Amino acid sequence: MELAPYLILGCIEGLVTAAVLALMAVGLSLVFGVMRVVNVAHGEFFMLGAVLAWFVADQLGGHPAIAFLAALIIAPLLVGTLAMLADMTILKRISYDPERTIVATIGLLYIIQQLTLMTYGSNARPVEPPFNQRIAIPWFEWTDGGLSLYWPWGLGTTSYKLAVIGFAIILLLGIWVLMTRTRIGLIMRATQLDRDVAQAYGINVDRVYAMVFGLGAGLAALAAVLIVPIQQAHYLMGHDPLLLSFIVVIIGGLGSLVGTVIAAVMIGLSDGLISVFFTPTLAKIIATLMVTFVLIFRPSGLMGSK
Amino acid sequence: MAQKDDAMADMTTPHITTKGLSRNFGGLIAVNAVDFEVPKGEIRAIIGPNGAGKSTFVGMLCGRIAPSSGEIMFAGQNITAMPAHRRIRQGMAYTFQITSIFARLTLKENVRLATSWRWNGDESAIEEATHAALEQVGLADRMDQIAGDLSYGHQRLLEIAMGISQHPELLILDEPTQGLADSEIASFVKLIRDLGGDMTILLIEHNMNVVMDTADKITVLNLGTELATGTPQDIRANKAVQTAYLGETHA
Amino acid sequence: MMSDSKKSVVFHLGFLALLFLLQFILPAYHHGNLARIMVLATYAMGYNILFGYTGLLSLGHAMFFAAGMYGMGLTMTHLGWTAGPGMLAGLLAGVLVSAGIGFLALRTSGVSFMIVTLMFAQAGFLTILYFGEWTRGDEGFVIRQADRVFAGIDLSDPTYRYLAALLLFGICLMLTIRLMQSRFGHVLIAIRENEERTQMLGYDVHFHKWMAVIASGTMAAVAGAAYALLFGYAGATFASVQYSIFPLLWVLLGGAGTALGPFIGTLFMFYLIDLSSSLTTAYMLIAGVALVLLTLFLPQGLVGEWRRKMMPWLT
Repeated sequence: MELAPYLILGCIEGLVTAAVLALMAVGLSLVFGVMRVVNVAHGEFFMLGAVLAWFVADQLGGHPAIAFLAALIIAPLLVGTLAMLADMTILKRISYDPERTIVATIGLLYIIQQLTLMTYGSNARPVEPPFNQRIAIPWFEWTDGGLSLYWPWGLGTTSYKLAVIGFAIILLLGIWVLMTRTRIGLIMRATQLDRDVAQAYGINVDRVYAMVFGLGAGLAALAAVLIVPIQQAHYLMGHDPLLLSFIVVIIGGLGSLVGTVIAAVMIGLSDGLISVFFTPTLAKIIATLMVTFVLIFRPSGLMGSK
Repeated sequence: MAQKDDAMADMTTPHITTKGLSRNFGGLIAVNAVDFEVPKGEIRAIIGPNGAGKSTFVGMLCGRIAPSSGEIMFAGQNITAMPAHRRIRQGMAYTFQITSIFARLTLKENVRLATSWRWNGDESAIEEATHAALEQVGLADRMDQIAGDLSYGHQRLLEIAMGISQHPELLILDEPTQGLADSEIASFVKLIRDLGGDMTILLIEHNMNVVMDTADKITVLNLGTELATGTPQDIRANKAVQTAYLGETHA
Repeated sequence: MMSDSKKSVVFHLGFLALLFLLQFILPAYHHGNLARIMVLATYAMGYNILFGYTGLLSLGHAMFFAAGMYGMGLTMTHLGWTAGPGMLAGLLAGVLVSAGIGFLALRTSGVSFMIVTLMFAQAGFLTILYFGEWTRGDEGFVIRQADRVFAGIDLSDPTYRYLAALLLFGICLMLTIRLMQSRFGHVLIAIRENEERTQMLGYDVHFHKWMAVIASGTMAAVAGAAYALLFGYAGATFASVQYSIFPLLWVLLGGAGTALGPFIGTLFMFYLIDLSSSLTTAYMLIAGVALVLLTLFLPQGLVGEWRRKMMPWLT
């Protein structure tokens, strides 16, 4: 048995995880970077995205690709709007005090999670991917005729998974362009750098905060829509991704987008590889301890500037 | 008694000294190899234009900021590596540039926190020191009020009371009169003059009247280096000092 | 006229007397509940030392509770120890874990501290699952009734169980009061109010914080060990994130920085969930709404508001 094809499988699986993780972590990082608050309910926004995707697909029926596309647009928008409302009614009222925000978002976590339990139920439900061709993973072998390709039995990925990776890359580039090349991005970065000065220049900080909070949640929801054809939608699915995105954001450096992406790739790949070769639990333990020690000994992360 | 021997030695040994003390923040050199010496009991004012490095320098003396290089000696001991809280126990007291008190506690509780470790659990000694310090700054009648309810000027006086209650050997005051009304400033000057004697006092000040009225000697810092040290008259007449101040563009 | 601190001690002793008397009039269901509440309230009191009095928000206290629980549970089940040494093992586990974790975690502050404690607890939870062979993971294991005996007293008997819980709660309550009325306690409060100022008044802030973590974690561990002993069960759920959130919720509701706040908060939340779980399976919804409302409108908590308005001398 060749090791390499399994490595390739592990890498692809890892990159899918990394793609989804990167989107979700960027959302979290944006919120922390600009607003300086930790949103513990971030995982529930993720879960809501998946649940709403199922809901939209279920209601629409018809061709899976159309249902999926609709979900891809509607779910993040709905979740983002909900987040903006939460920001305006709760977070603003407690003046974004770091401790109170953590408490409030923990409360929000339970509210969203339990309301979903009450309406959607405790079952996991699938959403059909828009396309799903099986692609076998090739590898090389020496034959009489020299080097040639062969397809190890049972090792394959799907076209959808590859598409997820591609789509995430495009989206992340888009966010980078948004933050660095547009006016909105400039306003967000200005508010991040110095809230009071930004306000003095006429920037409506409250509105920026609501927008950023909504954008962060929307990204999480989007990541969920992408993963739900692979994973199914379940009311508790926000828990693990929340912890993983915390890990990614901290290792990458709070407030640094590039660092977040790099860390997501690292964590996603290692998670994928360790899961393929060992157990998922061990992978999680290692990742958790990694971030803890980064925070202790290198608090600014890989590239952060806290 | 050991105290008397120290007093004899103190005639010659300076109370607090720095040698080549420096601090840089990345590329910015905030304090540049400053040599500094204050004998015991002197009231030394530290002045200089904004950004001269006064607060950074004094921050290194009390231990809030770690030096990049250089040495600090206090009462004959090398304290360069000593953590801030130990320096306080050695006899330093420090008041912050921006008033830093316990706003939700009463004045009495504030001062008690400052002085209680000094008296080895002797409750009556703690009470006495607390009362005395508050009396000295004129806040004794407000002892049971919540500190956050006081006016800014009174809060600054509270902080000074906290410093005094420690019976320090070295009292470091970082811009103590900033934000005070004229009458409050006059009381402050009187307070400093009354304190004098054995207590060495370092005073960062912008208010030149206060400096001239209280200081035995003045050290002028500019751009992180020591420009001049001398009596108030010397400094007033010093050309380089005048340029440093007048050289700044005023609005 | 009694001094404030004496008044406070008398008040709390009176409260304990009330709890003692209640056992004679409470129906069986509530009698059992109150025993459970008192043990959990001890956990909350431990949390309160760090959060309410010192101002450090930990999101990983379940690891201390679990350290005590498993310290007792594992030694009794796998090493055949009896209840007394088992409790000691739980306490010791608490001291070691809190000292070690505290040492590392206190290198961070603020938000980082919250996340580091969360992560350590999560790692602890996962480790318990990983060593499922001994810990039985999520399923947990039962401590046999026959073993839950101390000095000849059967602790599974409701009356003795209640008394044991009351003893634990009472000792920890009075210890907390003694601690917070001492100079050490005053310094902890000072650190909460203005850390830099406290440092510059000559106090070794880092050492005080470390001691606070150890005191807090050990009390939590003792509560965990007692829970295993009195209710006969140890399981990974008690090491999960949920059990780190609970004491935060209970303390906030009851009043952070008050001695009785943790108890009142635990009591209130217990019955709130008890009542709402008969209505729906989603009873944590109530907890969520409670958290949001609390932090919006009642940041001082029930006992905190009471103290502010009626009894400012209360510890």
